[in-house]
Amino acid sequence: MEATNYIELSYWQVGAAALLILVNGAISMVLKLGLEKRLVTAAVRTVIQLLLIGLVLQWVFSHARWYVVVAMMVVMALVAGVAAVRRTDRRYPGIWLNAILSVWLSSWVITAAALFGIVDVDPWFKPQYAIPLLGMILGNTLNGISLGLDRLGEELTGRRSDVEGLLALGATRWEAARTPLSRAVRTGMIPIVNTMMVVGIVSLPGMMTGQLLAGVDPAQAVKYQVVIMFLIASGTALGTVGVVLLSYKRLFNHRHQFRYDLLTKA
Amino acid sequence: MAAECARQGAAFHGKLAIMPGVPGPTLLEAERITRRTPEGETLLADVSLTVAAGERVGIEGPTGAGKSLLLRALSLLDPIEGGALEFRGSPLADGDVPAYRSRVAYLHQSPALVEGTVEENLRLPFALRIYRDRSFDRERVVELLGALGQEPSFLAKQKGDLSGGERQVTALVRLLQLAPEVLLLDEPTAALDPGSTALAEELIVRWVEAGERAAVWVTHDPAQADRVATRWMRLAGGRLAPADDRGRNGGEE
Repeated sequence: MEATNYIELSYWQVGAAALLILVNGAISMVLKLGLEKRLVTAAVRTVIQLLLIGLVLQWVFSHARWYVVVAMMVVMALVAGVAAVRRTDRRYPGIWLNAILSVWLSSWVITAAALFGIVDVDPWFKPQYAIPLLGMILGNTLNGISLGLDRLGEELTGRRSDVEGLLALGATRWEAARTPLSRAVRTGMIPIVNTMMVVGIVSLPGMMTGQLLAGVDPAQAVKYQVVIMFLIASGTALGTVGVVLLSYKRLFNHRHQFRYDLLTKA
Repeated sequence: MAAECARQGAAFHGKLAIMPGVPGPTLLEAERITRRTPEGETLLADVSLTVAAGERVGIEGPTGAGKSLLLRALSLLDPIEGGALEFRGSPLADGDVPAYRSRVAYLHQSPALVEGTVEENLRLPFALRIYRDRSFDRERVVELLGALGQEPSFLAKQKGDLSGGERQVTALVRLLQLAPEVLLLDEPTAALDPGSTALAEELIVRWVEAGERAAVWVTHDPAQADRVATRWMRLAGGRLAPADDRGRNGGEE
């Protein structure tokens, strides 16, 4: 990709855009929404957080060693795992470990498939590819995992008597848990499937848009986007199934007992 | 009745029926079962209970005494903090638990039914691996429903249209068709009218007498207690003790 194909932004251009927050401020004041303070915080956070991640990325891009990239990828996976659990309502001991493991393994396996196989990046740790690929897979996998976990907690709480009724009849733990488990996996996978249904019709995906802005040939941008969609879909599927199965192992013991007592409201 | 005895008895080794008053072999033996909350509060304290074939053990106790917890512990639905359970003289390995639960059947006070008709609910267990060699026997189910005062048309009723009592009837028939050996009954007639209650009591008593079987029966109703139980226990404060004085002083101490 040539870096000269787009207009480089200066800080005063960014500042001019930031002034647009005044539109929100004015609306808030006229309509007495009371959002002024939050708007200022949000604006400042946007700027600071993005500047910081920019610095980090700049540093990683200029120190393109495999261990630097891997360290960055570890941090990203950890943050995603924690974020996934933070969005859930019902938790159990070990949920953090399970979520981090699922997010980590699934996103790394799929990213590795992309870096070593599909896109065939040389060297594989080239940050320009490794970081955004992992980032996009992580963002969606974490979404699937948190939705799946949340639904599982809901199903197991709401259908506790169904699950225990089946166990009491002589069902194995797997037979008793199967319906809640598959509902949870389904819930985790639906958003990406829905996205794939309407992509390009309702909205242009962020990465493709970014590439277009950067002057990439639309046909190439589309190819990248298609690849990414399938990476995301498979990562989400792996991560969701992983976290649901790990949760199952945790909440149903070898004596075919449902440990409802382990589920607590966050 | 004789035909039913023969048919049910054929599924079991040995005797066709237990003579009333003569204790049969020990089916269930719970020794010093202890349940505690994670905070250390004791829910069941060293509860021991031996149930022999032919016995109908009544369990009474105030609300919150842990009666349901005891039945859940006996059906291994909850992990126990102490004690041991044996069925027909053998301890239970982890893998035996589903088979154990098919032979020692727990009937929840407000049983869970799936969406659909009564028949679909009655067919549900046969989808489980443990019953893979058995199949739904409509004739048998109609017979059981008849004994509980229900017409065969009851099978077509939708779950949503069932009263609390009809749910209990459905769940009871669902269990009995599977021919378990021990019934763990948690107020099985709580939602039934007196007529249906009498039929259910009669059916369960006959059931126990028709093979090497037993029942553990939790109830609030002293009169029912006198009708159905061959032996009485009282659970209070998580402790189980014989309640032989029951009836003479109304169960109060």
